[in-house]
Parts: sequence; structure tokens; C-alpha cells
Amino acid sequence: MAAAAKAGEATLRHAFGNVLSFFILLLIGVLAFSIRLFSVIKYESVIHEFDPYFNYRVTQFLTKNGIYDFWNWFDDRTWYPLGRVIGGTVYPGLTLTAGTIWWLLNSLNIPLSVETVCVFTAPIFSAFASWATYLLTKEVKGAGAGLTAAALLAMVPSYISRSVAGSYDNEAVAIFALIITFYLYIKTLNTGSLFYATLNAIAYFYMVCSWGGYTFIINLIPMHVLLCIVTGRYSSRLYIAYAPLVVLGTLLAALVPVVGFNAVMTSEHFASFLVFIILHVVALVYYIKGILSPKMFKVAVTLVVSVGLVVCCAVIAILVALVASSPTKGWSGRSLSLLDPTYASKYIPIIASVSEHQPPTWPSYFMDINVLAFLVPAGIIACFLPLSDASSFVVLYIVTSVYFSGVMVRLMLVFAPAACIMSGIALSQAFDVFTRSIKFQLLRILGFSEADAGDGSSANVVPENDAVKVDKSEETIKERPSRKNKKKEKEQMEKAQAEKTSAKSKTEKRLLVLPMELSVIGLLLLVFMGAFYVVHCVWAAAEAYSAPSIVLTSYTHEGLHVFDDFREAYAWLRHNTEVDDKVASWWDYGYQTTAMANRTVIVDNNTWNNTHIATVGTAMSSPEKAAWEIFNSLDVKYVLVVFGGLVGYPSDDINKFLWMVRIGGGVFPHIKEPDYLRDGQYRIDSQATPTMLNCLMYKLSYYRFVETDGKGFDRVRRTEIGKKYFKLTHFEEVRQS
Amino acid sequence: MYQRERERERERDYREEMARSTGKDAQALFHSLRSAYAATPTTLKIIDLYMGFAVFTALIQVVYMAIVGSFPFNSFLSGVLSCVGTAILAVCLRIQVNKDNKEFKDLPPERAFADFVLCNLVLHLVIMNFLG
Repeated sequence: MAAAAKAGEATLRHAFGNVLSFFILLLIGVLAFSIRLFSVIKYESVIHEFDPYFNYRVTQFLTKNGIYDFWNWFDDRTWYPLGRVIGGTVYPGLTLTAGTIWWLLNSLNIPLSVETVCVFTAPIFSAFASWATYLLTKEVKGAGAGLTAAALLAMVPSYISRSVAGSYDNEAVAIFALIITFYLYIKTLNTGSLFYATLNAIAYFYMVCSWGGYTFIINLIPMHVLLCIVTGRYSSRLYIAYAPLVVLGTLLAALVPVVGFNAVMTSEHFASFLVFIILHVVALVYYIKGILSPKMFKVAVTLVVSVGLVVCCAVIAILVALVASSPTKGWSGRSLSLLDPTYASKYIPIIASVSEHQPPTWPSYFMDINVLAFLVPAGIIACFLPLSDASSFVVLYIVTSVYFSGVMVRLMLVFAPAACIMSGIALSQAFDVFTRSIKFQLLRILGFSEADAGDGSSANVVPENDAVKVDKSEETIKERPSRKNKKKEKEQMEKAQAEKTSAKSKTEKRLLVLPMELSVIGLLLLVFMGAFYVVHCVWAAAEAYSAPSIVLTSYTHEGLHVFDDFREAYAWLRHNTEVDDKVASWWDYGYQTTAMANRTVIVDNNTWNNTHIATVGTAMSSPEKAAWEIFNSLDVKYVLVVFGGLVGYPSDDINKFLWMVRIGGGVFPHIKEPDYLRDGQYRIDSQATPTMLNCLMYKLSYYRFVETDGKGFDRVRRTEIGKKYFKLTHFEEVRQS
Repeated sequence: MYQRERERERERDYREEMARSTGKDAQALFHSLRSAYAATPTTLKIIDLYMGFAVFTALIQVVYMAIVGSFPFNSFLSGVLSCVGTAILAVCLRIQVNKDNKEFKDLPPERAFADFVLCNLVLHLVIMNFLG
């Protein structure tokens, strides 16, 4: 009867904990959604930056024309005269997701426009991502750690920066897909159920649809399997978790047109096949070991090893020869630049020129993950006590993502969920120890006699009962969903006490208990740290990451001044030019021009054709006549140039000009970078080289600039320009703003 | 002189005996493997037969591709991967149904079979889409 009452209490506590967790998760979702709405409040519901405009245009096409036209779309309004096969070169996950949401809402008679759906897709999916983080961390360390990790992920600035409302880019859904794929993998590993393995493959498919970063998953999971095999943790659950994923995953990845046969032919996937073969060998070995006697097994081993070694060497030699015969050893340029950080700057200047692809500076770590930076090592240690399959996976995840985030700033985004998981584990363990110590010390100080009697009675009881109690306490520690339930803590404390005072508890670990003052101070400090984190995240979200680059603001002595130059320029193009006119600009503005101005462009942000970009770069770097000839051969009617010297906008074309020279020079050898530099320095004032002063970019940017203030003072470069009075011979200025 | 001949003879005898002993070892190994395998229950043997059939079909497809060429590569890929996939799923089913496996002793075999069917369904759906 006492047992039944205790069981009833346990289920009630369990239920209460579950309800509490549900509400906490709901609040975390609301938090994740609302912290990303600063840009909508401060500016307007507009799509940010460059890449999201392309995704927005594709989504518009999808909603207007349906999915079959979308799969077969050949876009002739970009990369003139080459065009671009959209169906085969875009990762469809994001657009299909937003399109589905729009269609669903519209069929329910909620008439949201496509733009609204696109703007708010990212915040919704970040709420989903924090729920997925809760599930993943719960599988690793328990529900308390899960809730902490989810709360941390909802706010971490690195993730906010790429998923703010209006940032309609692949990462918005890809991070959610990443976390849920990892969760399902760990769940399959823990339970050994084929059902979760199927779900895992489907989640992996969603990830492949969404982002090129799926190669991280298909290399991390094999690495983890290998780690488990090497450390002797092979089990049949590992086989069930990995083998169906490889087969189904490869098939599903090959279904996506962007990946296609790359799923079986590029080196990025070979690791998964290699580990697949190794896993089967190990499984066979374990099976044979299971059915043979030890003596016969030894005989088998010697036989097989001698024969198998020869075969293995032959196969490996063939493989290496195959891979080595291809020029890049089978890896794509982007993956190679990840493995060897100096690769891009030597061979592919386009990849090196993107600012997102630069290595991050030390302060950016603190800016992007803040307090988590020093909780992560504590989390790694917590994962080792005890080490399970799931916690070894999370440790591997964080180590690899730290390396990649050090190579490229953009990959800080992949590091953020790992950091949140680790910090969640560390924080919840720390809270566990502190609250447990406080309860224990309180009990000792206040109810000392009761506890004594309790100890005495439990010690007098038959030792088996003690062992049962200890087992139950371990079990209940694992099952507790919420660490905030005081009654549960007290029971746990009493059981811990019973554990410690009973003579039979030698084999169980003694739970750590600290002195009272220390734990109170520690608890307060942790709370302060959490508050500091929250304040920083909200500041980062509001000030640093909410700027839609399409609308700029500056504070002059008259107050807030809003520059809408980009959109005004595109609107002018849209209304004052013919539909078929071609516009040439640097590739940064290609997506925006096609989406907002609806005109054909020469190059855009997809940067798939280096020669075409080099042609435009050469044209911008050549003198007027040569540039006019190049543009004429491309049927260009308008040239778009962004100039920020008048207001002090630093990312204009003159600052990007050296990249144009480098990229152009990479393909056309008559453009040499030293020609544009005076003594190795890039200048545009009177000391600039004549090649620089005569090139098209200089002329188009500074045409009639001297008329603005009489001296031609460039606010960004902070000098007066070199050549002030000149006429354009082959070009005509049609609009400036 | 005679000593060297005798040494050579002894070496030859030694090598023959080693070969014979490895031969005997291999035979003993096969015997014990066969006897141990014969002890497995019939249900598992059926699953093993199914697995063997799938792998055999995959081999036939690879040989055919080697002869005829790999032109509709997606058809070849989907064919081979469907055989490999069903073999692997059969192995997973065998693992979960095997009574000697302590990790899965509270998993009812009906649940294991249901999971197997579901996974096969998804696999073949994808195959039919990819077959072209």
C-alpha cells in the first residue's frame, strides 16, 4: 500500500512536471518568435539583404505557376545570355516550405500575401528549432538540460543573425532540419527502433532539400559511428541507426535535383560509404564471434586476416587511384576551402571575396554566443560523466563545428546549436548540484532530528530494500522532467541521504553536496550570468542584426534620416526602362535587380560562372572605350553602380573594386592588380595610378562628384578624389540619387 | 652435402604439414560454422535467405551494368540501392526478432515487423520515384 501510494505520488509529480515542461516550451517558442521581430517593428516587414530576394522571387513564381512549372523553370532573366536552370540549381526546401504554408493558409481563407509568409518563415522555424533542441538535449542528458538548451537557443545571437524576420534564406529552415535530424539519429541510437530510423532518413531528406550544409551531417554521423566502433561501443542499435540512414539517405539525396548523382560520385559522400562497409565488416565479425566457440573464432581470425589484408590493400589502391586521378581529388571547391582555409584565396578568388567566408575574429565569438563561450567546456566535461553514445555524439559535434566556425564566419551558425546544447547541459548540472546542496544543508540545519530518525529506520530495514531504494532513486533522477519541483527534490535528497548513510551504498556514486553559502552564492551568480546573456541577446537582436540592408538609416543633426536609395533605384528601373533591357552591375545586386526591378541582369549572386563575372569585372576595370565594347557585346543598356562617398556608406562599389580587378585578372591576364595600386596601396586621390583614374568604375562613381561640395571629398575614403573634372565619352548618366 | 639435403627435406615436410594443418583448420572452421548456423531457428533462416536473394539480385544488376553500360544511371542506382536497402532492412528485422539479443527482448516481434514494413514502404516509394 505504501508502494502504491508512492507510485501514485510519483505519477502525480510526473504529470505536474510534464505540464510545466509543456508551458515552458510554449513560452520558449513565443520568445524565439518575438525576439526576431525587431526589424519589422523598427523598419517594416521587408525582405532583407541580397540572397533572400532571389528566394522570394522563386517563391512568387512557385505560388503563381504551381510546382511542375517550378521544377522545369528555365530563368532567362539572369546571367544574360546564358540563363539559369532554376529547377536544377536551387535548393528547393525553403521555397517549398514557404509555398506550402502560403497555400495552406490561403485554402483556410487566411489571405496572407506571399511576402508576409516569406518574412515570417524564419521566426516560426526558429521556434521549431528550439523545440527540436529540447528534444535532442533531453535524449542526451534529461529534460532539465533540454529546457535550458532550448531557452538558450531561442536567444543565441548567432542564430538570430541569420533568422531574423525578413531574412528569408536557406539557413532559416536548415538549422531546424539539422537539429531534428540529429535528434532522430540519437533517438534511434538510444532505442534501436526502425521507425525512428525511417523518420531520421526523411528528416535528412528535408535537410538535403534545404541547404548545401547537409554534407556536414553525412560526414559527422559516419565519424561518430567510427568513433563508437573504435571505442568498443558497437551495438546492434548502432547498426540500425546507421545502415538504413545511408541507403535511404543516399537515395533521397539523389532525388533532389541539385544534388543528383553527386550523392554517389563526390568525395563529400565517400566517408559515409566507407564507414558503411566498415560497419558491415564489424557486424559480421560480432555475429561470427557470437555463434562460434572462442578457439574456432581465433582460427577464423587468423585465416581471414591473412586473406583479407591482401584484398583490402588491392581495393584501397584502386580507390585511391580513382580519386587521385580527378583534379580536385573529387571534392568541390567550397568543401576544399573548408578543409584547407588557404585554398580559396589561392585558387578561387570569388569564394575568398565573400565577406561571410572570411575567418571570424575572436570578439565575434563573444558577440555571437556570449556567455555560452565559457559554459561550453563545462558542458563537455559534464558529457563525459557518464559517457554514453549520445553524449559522445554531441562532443564530436561541438569539436567539429568549432573547427569549421573558425574557418568561416558563416558557419558560426552551425556551431550555435552545439554551444547551446553543451551550455544547457552544464547549466542544468550546476543548478542540480547547487539546489541539491541547498536542500540538503537546509534539511540538515532545520530538520536534523527527523532526518536522523529517517536514516535510522532505513538502515534497520533489510539491506535488499536499500538496494531497491537506491535503484529507484537513480531511475527517478533520470525520469524527472522538471527540476523546479520542490517535493521531488526533497524525496531525492532523502534518498540521497539514505544512499550515503547506508553501508551497502559503496558501489553507488556519492552525490556531490557543497556548503550552503557556496551554493547560494553560486546560484545567484548563475542567475546573474543568465540575465547578462539575455540582455546581450536582446541588444544584439535589436541593434546589430535587425538591419535590412536594403534600407539604411543615419543620424544627422536633424534627426533620423532614412535612405531608401536602393528601392528607389530599382523602382525607377522598373518604371522607366523597357521590359527587355539588360542591366549590368556587380554581382552583389543581381538578385535584387531581378526581383525588384524585374530586369534582366548579366551576373548575380549565384556566382556559378566565374568567367562571366570576370568579364563584368574586366569591363569595370577597363577604360571607357574597352568597357563600352564589352558591354555592347552583352547587349547591356544600363549600368548600375553603387556609390557611398557622398553619405559615408562603406560597402559601395569602389571599396569592392579591388575584388573586381582580382577576379577579372584571374581570367583575363591583361588586367593586373598592381596597375591599380600606388606602392601597394589602394588610393583614389591625386596619387592614384593613371589606370585607376581612367577605369570605368572610377569614372562612373565620381562623374560630377565635384559638383556636390566643390572639392570632391569622399567621405568613405576620406580624401579628395584625384580626377575631378572629366566627361563621359561612351556612357550617359540617366539617374542618380 | 647430405646434411643440406636433409635440411631441405625437413623444410619441405614442415611446409607441407603447415599447409595441411591450415587446410585442416579451414575445414574445421567451416564445420563449426555450419553446425553453429544449423542451430539458428527457422524464422531467422528465412530472413537470411531473403537477404541472400536481395544481395544476389544486386550482384546480377552490377554485372549487367558492367556488360551493357550505365546509361540511365538513375535506374541502375535505384535498382542496386533497392536491393541493398531491402537486405539491410532484413538484417535490422533479424536483429530485432532474434531471441538471443538481450537489448531487444521486450520488443514484440509484431512491432519489429511493422517497422520493417513501414521502412520498406518508404524505401520503395523513393525507388519508384527515382527509377525514371
